[in-house]
Amino acid sequence: MSSMPMVEMVSITKRFPGVIANDSVSIKVNTGEIHALLGENGAGKSTLMSILTGLYRPDEGEIYLRGLKTELSSPKDAANKGIGMVHQHFKLVKSFTVAENIMLGLKGEGMIIDRTSIEKRIREFCQQYGMAVDPAAKIWQLTVGEQQRVEIIKALFRGAEILILDEPTAVLTPQEAKDLYKTLRIMTRQGKAVIVISHKLSEVLEGTDTVTVLRGGKSVGTVKTELADEQELSRMMVGRHIAVSRDKCLIEKGKQILKLQGISCLNNRGQLAVQGISLDIHAGEILGIAGVAGNGQSELAEVIAGLRSVEEGTKYIDGVNHTQSTIRALVDAGVSYIPEDRMGTGLVPSLNAVDNYVLKSYKKHGWLMDWSRVKTQTQEVVERFSIKLASIASPVKMMSGGNLQKLLLAREIMADPRLIVAVYPMRGLDVGAMEAVRKLLLAQRDAGKAVLLISEELEELFALSDRIAVLHRGEIMGIVDSCTATAEEVGMMMAGKRMLEKDAM
Amino acid sequence: MLCNISSLRFEKREDVSTTMILLVPILSVFCGLLFAGLFIALTGKNPVDVYMLMFEGAFGSQYGISETIVKAIPLILCSLAVALAFRMQLWNIGAEGQLYMGAFGATWAALSFPEWPASQLLPFMVIMGALMGGLWGLLPAIPRAYFKVNETITTLLMNYIAILWVDYFVYGPWKDPKGLGFPITAPFSSGAILPSFGITRIHWGIIFAIVAVVILYIIQNYTKWGFEIRVSGESAAAAKYAGMNYTRNILLVMFISGSLAGIAGMTEVSGITQRLQHGISPGYGYSAIIIAWLARLHPVVIVFVSVIFGGLLVGGFSIQTSGFPAATVAMLQGAILFFVVGGEIFTQYRIRLDRKGRSL
Repeated sequence: MSSMPMVEMVSITKRFPGVIANDSVSIKVNTGEIHALLGENGAGKSTLMSILTGLYRPDEGEIYLRGLKTELSSPKDAANKGIGMVHQHFKLVKSFTVAENIMLGLKGEGMIIDRTSIEKRIREFCQQYGMAVDPAAKIWQLTVGEQQRVEIIKALFRGAEILILDEPTAVLTPQEAKDLYKTLRIMTRQGKAVIVISHKLSEVLEGTDTVTVLRGGKSVGTVKTELADEQELSRMMVGRHIAVSRDKCLIEKGKQILKLQGISCLNNRGQLAVQGISLDIHAGEILGIAGVAGNGQSELAEVIAGLRSVEEGTKYIDGVNHTQSTIRALVDAGVSYIPEDRMGTGLVPSLNAVDNYVLKSYKKHGWLMDWSRVKTQTQEVVERFSIKLASIASPVKMMSGGNLQKLLLAREIMADPRLIVAVYPMRGLDVGAMEAVRKLLLAQRDAGKAVLLISEELEELFALSDRIAVLHRGEIMGIVDSCTATAEEVGMMMAGKRMLEKDAM
Repeated sequence: MLCNISSLRFEKREDVSTTMILLVPILSVFCGLLFAGLFIALTGKNPVDVYMLMFEGAFGSQYGISETIVKAIPLILCSLAVALAFRMQLWNIGAEGQLYMGAFGATWAALSFPEWPASQLLPFMVIMGALMGGLWGLLPAIPRAYFKVNETITTLLMNYIAILWVDYFVYGPWKDPKGLGFPITAPFSSGAILPSFGITRIHWGIIFAIVAVVILYIIQNYTKWGFEIRVSGESAAAAKYAGMNYTRNILLVMFISGSLAGIAGMTEVSGITQRLQHGISPGYGYSAIIIAWLARLHPVVIVFVSVIFGGLLVGGFSIQTSGFPAATVAMLQGAILFFVVGGEIFTQYRIRLDRKGRSL
């Protein structure tokens, strides 16, 4: 291959208010190469690729295309320079045909669209890359895998030399994933470069040539795939050193608060998201759920909170069967749910702090709202939890992320629940707010509540949880004691290795 | 997408100021009048004179004022109806049809039990009006609640069904044999007629309207159910999360919304026409949408805006004598709505002139 790399990004730094999304990241992608960008959610993969596609501009660092220093001023500019992107969520017009979608926004075709010649060209293209797509089919008639092919053809049609795919196999069946990599291989043989954003180790090991691992916005290293193994990659991904700073290791288990037996549920697309999960949480215990995002964690939390219906299995709260209970009944049974989506689900952005504070407890006592009492309560809570806001009467969307989360937690804690289900409670918070949330959760555990903590940060899970259950493709790979388990062990389970049956749950 | 040259951009306002909330509707009405004034000027008349004439017709005499209030009654009821639904972000465009079905229900009661005394027949007519209007609101709510069928379209289309349904009866089975072939029912018995005040046509419907304003004000601001509606309107996900019965609330809100419009239909047939006839509403249900929007869904403000719109109708009739079609009022309303909806953008967003196409 030529010595000149197709793309080179050098010391890219991108800051967002409060976070450094990319901290001096460098990556080199050669012609004819499938390059994997591996890392957990929030590692900075998407930001880096958004810079390469011209969506963001780097604060520092340089981009070279075929050895020439380049400024990418907009997505259009990047596309003109041969950078194509296939997003995780397809950008296709459902009621249009494949050919029409490919034509959309394409320049130099004039006003009149010659359907037959375009369809012929698309067919030739498909043949060239070993893809089967009918150019006359409407998008809504296609499977997800076929839609993805349309996105790829669209990018190639626009002259993409560098194709970036964001989590391309997330929506595919294993067979479709295999076909996809075959296509990508043909493309690289024809002198294109491919970058695949992924967090799936097995896929990266099978399909790619080079892997660059990002963690916490920094590049951990680049390795040849053939020289890497799963263990090494997972260690790079989750971090070598996990400071286990736990206050206590031996806890006295209280009584069983939550018990799940063989729980299965579907995701929003109607596919099985969680499969035969059995676990329990006792009073005074934090059970952490580890796993790469999208492996059923959110669905599991929703099932427990009653927002998603149980397909199979039974759910007990404090010994009572709550499998079919409504959300309201679960709230009354003492289940508190801190959702992933703070703004919009956990809190109503356009309503004020008082409204948001009573969002769940408003039902108590009669049919009239006792606003004066609620206002006093809100004011008290704001002071007690040191929540910073302009006024309890202004819309909460004006508050900062950390204060929003504090308000949400304050509301849930004040309801005196038995079980707290917290989904990514520290995501997007600054260090100070993270510490506050951490302390609040630990205090709740010490107060004898059962806590289910879902997180992507292993460090966080090790520091807070008493036990860690690992989810992979909706199944529990194992449940380990966080005092004795190692990060490698958990990392391997996150990648899909089932725990040996040596430790009992 | 973004481009490199300077471009106009709408940016969402962080906080909507009270001044803007007040200023925008007033300016919108003003712009609407100005815009419609252009067309009036094209006919060779002085728009200021025409507007003065309208104002005098509506508010310049005791008769004018009383007629304005007569028109305001169904407007208030229908506006409350749509405002309640709008608060939950249910776009009930069907108040017109619900009014017709309410009129139909009340008429059925009046024609079926003409011998009943007013003390029994009037409450029964109110109940039937509310029930029929409510059912007409509930019908599109069911597919909305369970299958997410867009209620804007279904409620709108059901208006035509309701209007034709009433037409069928007044041209067919209920046609007054003594009505000289007009599409009207027989006049109601005395027990089916809402008493009016003095020599004016202002009837007891005004009491219904005021009671409804008070009840809705209390519901919206002080009840738990009102809180649920507000949360549901702002975020369905949060409403479900908080354990509110979102689906049931859609049905309930649409039923009550329809009932209010149905009561407006009842008061029209019982208090004004005193029989059911073709075209009982000059579009109260549609005007209500504009009124509710101008009043920002506030029940008390709705009363004032309804009186203004009632005045617009009465004023419109009074300029007919000087050679303007009554449709002038429809044009005025349309122009006002246009500017109100357009003005909404300015309360929610500010305009930014961008030099460089840069995102985030």
